[in-house]
Amino acid sequence: MSEKQLMRGSQVIAEAAIRAGCRFYAGYPITPQNEMTEYMANAMAELSDGTFIQAESEIAAINMVLGASTAGVRSMTSSSSPGLSLKQEGISFLAASELPAVIVNTMRGGPGLGNIAPSQGDYFQATRGGGHGDYRSIVLAPASGQEQADLTRKAFEYADKYRTPVLILVDGMMGQMMEPVIFPDPIDALDLPPKPWILDGAKGRPSRIIKSLILNTREMEDHNWKLARKYENIAREITTAESYLTEDANMVVIAYGTAARIAKGAIKRVREMGLKVGLFRPITLYPFPSKELLEMSRVVKHFLVFEMNTGQMIEDVRLSLEGRSTIHFYGRPGGIISTPDEISKEISSIYYRQHLEEE
Amino acid sequence: MKKTVFAGFGGQGVLMMGYVFAVAAMRDGYEVTYLPSYGAEVRGGTANCTVAVSDEEIFSPVASSPDYGVIMNNPSLSKFESAINEKGIVILNTSLVDSDITRTDITAVKLPANKIAKEEFGNERSVNMIMLGAFVTKTQVTSLESIMGALEEISKGKKAAMMKLNRKSLDIGAEYVLKGAS
Repeated sequence: MSEKQLMRGSQVIAEAAIRAGCRFYAGYPITPQNEMTEYMANAMAELSDGTFIQAESEIAAINMVLGASTAGVRSMTSSSSPGLSLKQEGISFLAASELPAVIVNTMRGGPGLGNIAPSQGDYFQATRGGGHGDYRSIVLAPASGQEQADLTRKAFEYADKYRTPVLILVDGMMGQMMEPVIFPDPIDALDLPPKPWILDGAKGRPSRIIKSLILNTREMEDHNWKLARKYENIAREITTAESYLTEDANMVVIAYGTAARIAKGAIKRVREMGLKVGLFRPITLYPFPSKELLEMSRVVKHFLVFEMNTGQMIEDVRLSLEGRSTIHFYGRPGGIISTPDEISKEISSIYYRQHLEEE
Repeated sequence: MKKTVFAGFGGQGVLMMGYVFAVAAMRDGYEVTYLPSYGAEVRGGTANCTVAVSDEEIFSPVASSPDYGVIMNNPSLSKFESAINEKGIVILNTSLVDSDITRTDITAVKLPANKIAKEEFGNERSVNMIMLGAFVTKTQVTSLESIMGALEEISKGKKAAMMKLNRKSLDIGAEYVLKGAS
């Protein structure tokens, strides 16, 4: 492990990717995540086997990642909201071709060009696949510098294991903020398990084909079901969430990433006032921790979903709870960063309106 | 938990000041967050950063009411004066801040950092370190030794002469506070 260092979120992800054996990065500049691209330019140049390309566009970058991935190298690209829209075709092709890749979205206010302030407006895009066709991407949502380091390592592991694109979903604040981080030891790319499917020249073996064009409808149906089964396995194996002060809670706030940090601060405040409130923080947004929430709804009858958008994750919460509990919502879209004070007022107002203090 | 905002214009070393302070506090064993303002910035435009230092986990790195402010120019004072927490402290660079504070519930430490730097070194490059020396000495969140440690860590490979200059600048700022300047 490295010694503790103070680093910007964008650079934490870049360094963690290098340490995870990422040897190919292609990107196109966009605020607020340019520090990631900048870091990669330096870091890849220092490696004997690293490749950095500032592509001519976001679309070129994701397709370069697709190419590098077919050759077996751990590959990554990153962008911010409008750039992610451009990458969706490539992500769909990666999913269809069952190719591993890590894609980072440092979300900013939108839709359209929007602004460059922190936002969570891309939840739907990230968790519903984003591109065309019947697929999903694994989506990881870190809430601290350290978690950005740890989940980046995991992102590459998941991408290789399941041969699927993995999204790391952060926002401008996560990307710009510096926090102390301890990195895991670097992986030697040569120590990674061999990939028996890559295109590395067919000398002495039958040729392989990686493609997403499947004109035969029966074959395409089989392929769709194969992908669906893969997503079921993923849901069984990697779903993660953090529960904070939920044991005795009669109301639980559900939030992820930056919103979850602010909610945690708010919960600390209302706890001091004697309100029994906890936090449920999905760490994997896809697969969504539905079972854990459903379990919690046996005792918790009030949930408050807090998002930095107008209400997106709330749909997954509704699907998870199947009408068993009351769901409240508080959202701040457009790049506004709420204060813990503001959220604690929202929490206590619901708490007393619902007479939860009498429980 | 103490939150400090460092504010001035681009080129004054405002972000560097905050960064050095955050590294020093981290090495002291505190939890820290450093959040720079970022935006469609232009040269000479405003620059600021917020550093939170705490014994416990820090939830929001944003400061709606910072405890301390290191204020390097007039626009920064008008932007942050009303936000500073009651009983807070502001360190004012009076070389570039010519308006006085209107708040009576906060303490102001005033020093003409640009003037001092010019007189002492013949240039204004170490203005931020003079201000940082004053800030650390007044607030005691960290120590000058920790700041020096952080500087050495950050500017690995920089010349010893540079470190000497930094140390001298920090000390000048510190002395200003110890002499009871206000």
